Amino acid sequence: MSLFLVVALPFLGALLPGLMNSAGRQACAGVTFTVTLAALIGLLTNVPAVMSGELVTARVDWLPLLGLNVTLMLDGLGLFFAGLILGIGLLIIAYARFYLAREDNMGEFFTYLLLFQGAMVGIVLSDNILLLLVFWELTSLSSFLLIGYWKHLPEGRQGARMALAVTGMGGLAMIGGMLLLGQIAGSYDLSVILQNRALIQASPLYVPALILILLGCFTKSAQFPFHFWLPHAMAAPTPVSAYLHSATMVKAGIFLMARMWPVLSGTPEWFVIVTTAGLTTMVLGAVIALFKHDLKALLAFSTVSHLGLITMLLGTGTAFGAMAAVFHILNHATFKAALFMSAGIIDHEAHTRDIRRLGGLRHLMPITFGIATLAALSMAGIPLLNGFLSKEMMLEEATHTVLFNTPWLVPALATFGSLFSAAYSFRLIGHVFLGPVRSDYPAKPHDPGAGLWLPPALLVVPVVVIGVAPFLAEPLVKMVTAAVLGGAAEMPKAYLKIWHGLVPALYLSMIAIGGGIALLAIFGPALKLWENTRRPEAKTIFDAVIDSAVALSRRVVHGAHNGAFTRYALIMAITVLAAGYHAWTTGSVGAATRAMQPAGPVPIAGWLMLTAASIGLVIFHRNRLLSLILIGIVGLMVSVGFVFLSAPDLAMTQITVEVVTIILLLLALNFLPKRTPIESTVLRRTRDAAVALAGGLAAMALSFHYLLRESVTTPISGFHLANSYKGGGGTNVVNVILVDFRGFDTYGEIIVLGIAALLIYALTETLLSGPVRARLLNRLPDQPHAGDMHPMMMVVLTRVIMPVVLMVGFYIFLRGHNEPGGGFIAGLVVSIAVVMQYMASGFTWASARLRYPYHGVIGTGVLVAGLTGIGSWFAGKPFLTSYFEYVRIPPFEKFELATAMAFDLGVFLTVVGAVMLSLESFSRLARRSDMEPSEHPMDIDPSRDDRSTAKGGA
Amino acid sequence: MELLVASAIGILTAVGLYLTLRLRTFPVILGISMLTYAVNVFLFASGRLTIGSPPILRDGVASYTDPLPQALVLTAIVISFGMTAVVVMIGLGAYLGSDDDHVDDLAAPSDPRGEDAT
Repeated sequence: MSLFLVVALPFLGALLPGLMNSAGRQACAGVTFTVTLAALIGLLTNVPAVMSGELVTARVDWLPLLGLNVTLMLDGLGLFFAGLILGIGLLIIAYARFYLAREDNMGEFFTYLLLFQGAMVGIVLSDNILLLLVFWELTSLSSFLLIGYWKHLPEGRQGARMALAVTGMGGLAMIGGMLLLGQIAGSYDLSVILQNRALIQASPLYVPALILILLGCFTKSAQFPFHFWLPHAMAAPTPVSAYLHSATMVKAGIFLMARMWPVLSGTPEWFVIVTTAGLTTMVLGAVIALFKHDLKALLAFSTVSHLGLITMLLGTGTAFGAMAAVFHILNHATFKAALFMSAGIIDHEAHTRDIRRLGGLRHLMPITFGIATLAALSMAGIPLLNGFLSKEMMLEEATHTVLFNTPWLVPALATFGSLFSAAYSFRLIGHVFLGPVRSDYPAKPHDPGAGLWLPPALLVVPVVVIGVAPFLAEPLVKMVTAAVLGGAAEMPKAYLKIWHGLVPALYLSMIAIGGGIALLAIFGPALKLWENTRRPEAKTIFDAVIDSAVALSRRVVHGAHNGAFTRYALIMAITVLAAGYHAWTTGSVGAATRAMQPAGPVPIAGWLMLTAASIGLVIFHRNRLLSLILIGIVGLMVSVGFVFLSAPDLAMTQITVEVVTIILLLLALNFLPKRTPIESTVLRRTRDAAVALAGGLAAMALSFHYLLRESVTTPISGFHLANSYKGGGGTNVVNVILVDFRGFDTYGEIIVLGIAALLIYALTETLLSGPVRARLLNRLPDQPHAGDMHPMMMVVLTRVIMPVVLMVGFYIFLRGHNEPGGGFIAGLVVSIAVVMQYMASGFTWASARLRYPYHGVIGTGVLVAGLTGIGSWFAGKPFLTSYFEYVRIPPFEKFELATAMAFDLGVFLTVVGAVMLSLESFSRLARRSDMEPSEHPMDIDPSRDDRSTAKGGA
Repeated sequence: MELLVASAIGILTAVGLYLTLRLRTFPVILGISMLTYAVNVFLFASGRLTIGSPPILRDGVASYTDPLPQALVLTAIVISFGMTAVVVMIGLGAYLGSDDDHVDDLAAPSDPRGEDAT
């Protein structure tokens, strides 16, 4: 099966559980299981190829210019991890089916789980490090959702947030590191990077890149000092803990260190950082784990410790260390997932995970006892179980590792850590299962159904089998190790076997196990000592750091963002002015290359009117109605200017927009105060006037200089003029640009327009469904009403000119391709015709005759435009390629049919819909309780009134 | 001619700026409209000013004004209508909700809504 499918299956499958939710829990889990199984089988079909040493790849270019491509590869390491993820995933899904309670939303859970699974498989199969980063962040996000799955638990929410903050921060660091690495190697493809060990290690950017990447790995794999999030993430449901926090996600950091091992390891920096972090984590985690009373917390810290162990092994930089690390990843995944599931079973049956309240469970839960004991003994490093083998390899490696020139340091600490590891494993068995049966369990414990114990039992099988017959795992471990090593180191000559002779590691192992038993014997006093020692609490520190960060950002944000809009506007204006001043003083201006054109009396008259209206606007802006008239004059003069300066299309658009804008503002003014009171001080007004004058002068100077000089490079308009008729089939170049050359822009713009209208509609709805509604309905008019709400003259007039205006609109639409006009203008004209009906005959009358809702009109418009664009795909052309043909239908003249016209129709419909929806929304606010909605178009109708009088008279 | 257009842009900008700095919503909206005019005319003027040669292809006519800025400004005009409508709606909603049409909301910083729940 293609690697694409293996990665895509979980993502596609993630849609299903949510849909299957209503079909029942069985169906929900079943579909998830099937999807995972399919992906696993797909993965396994590639096994023969990988076994024969082939590198399975799949590649699709995504953003080749950025070096971001979807390239996947499968080698031994990827296969190993993907197998773990999907294989353990299957067991977890089966377990979760029985673990989750009836009231838990199972579809949601499995959707998150599959998302996580897909992201995880994506990480281990990515060949492109940018793609890897995408999947990496996806695991952080999906694990956030999974940890916080029980939204009602505050620990769950806090744990999820902490995990996201820590791993997210690490992810950010890693993005930096990966970009550096890609820069050094000249490629973002792993297969290329892995070949460039010498180049990368010689680069001065090696150390920064290394540190940043390690930050990502350490946060993800909970290495000291970032270990603290993992125990808090244990608030998640147990299947999540078993899956993410023991078997897979926390191994992502380990995976990446292994993946990058050939290029990053082997330097003193790598050795010191990775080994020290690993060793510290291992010892610290083991010590804390011993004194935890919550079963899952114990297991969490034990996981931290074991991850430290693996990190330490990778840090040594030797081939043997890498092999031991790979082997321990396998062993740890099996016994730790089994232990987590056992802990979940105990929690499920006894209703507590507190070790102090448990004990004597071996008689009550014999099956769970068997599973947990085998897994825990393996964790302790008891011979004939797989944990023993890799732990001994670790100790062997430790005896050869010299850190800080102190030969005894690493072996001593490793033994110390193993000793505690043995002790907590024994404590888990001893304090939970052994001892007398108690009578005060919160619930009567008993073994669960097979659905819960079978998955961990299946995991214990490899624990025992590998432990007894390690040679069975040897081909797999060797294959994966070879993939980790790449070409960077020789394959170690070691074999996996139980008895290596009387080597130092054996003695250290014996010390650890003996010491572990001894430590458990004095557990009581040791616990007292532990509880009396003061130690820093990671969560408190983390919370303090987060709190201070929040406080800082709040200070900064509120300092700059104090809610004073006028202040923002002022700051913005002054900043722009300062930037302009800087450009003006530091740059240079060439000599004028264009001569000034003479201005006749008409332009001067227009200019005078515009200036007068503008200045009037400033003076009379407190009288809002008057200022509307004045701004209308300004708009009119701008339109006239467009006509004069060879832009008929612009003029038509401007003047129609002007009409609808003024109507809109009038509608708004209906609700607003009619006058603006004087509030600002003279000083303030002087300041504003100064800024405004400076801005105006600057704009004027800029435009003036601009207008007297030719453009720096040749404008691309020459192309448009030359190809408008040939390629677009129209002589109105502006319209051809809109619907053809830059049709995609226009398409985006009509969508924006539609969204704006819908936004206005939504805001109106919100207003009308809130407390404002009552106030609007009971509002008293602040100005005397006209006696005639719907004047007969106006009703008749609008009724008569409606068809005329519609025809004008149709004409403007049709001629648009060749003469000034087009969809935008026609849409505005038609809107005005319809608005006039509203104005003359009233909202009730007009909307009762409305056959198509405006939302639908907007949607149809966008759809028509979009489908027109898609249509060109069928001709094998890119989106929105237009096509035209001249046709002749007698008795008409020959005329042109272009697909651009269909696109323009879409524009037309969207404009009509958007304008009408906005205006209609506004006028809906105007309905009042003291106005009876009238079904009649006119208030005075002689025929109607006569009849009623006649009836009354009779 | 150039001076007339440039000074018109300057006047529109100055009036727009002054009104934008007012304290009530309605003048601010008018100010934004004035600034929109200024920006649209400025964009249009980037094609330089040509009198009497609209970009409608005719036989025998060789020189036309620059059509591209016109196309860009045409959509800008329509979009600015949408924007004005949204701003007006927001201003109206704020006024109807609080019976206050000031643009400054100086009580915001003490508002504890930014605090998170857990």
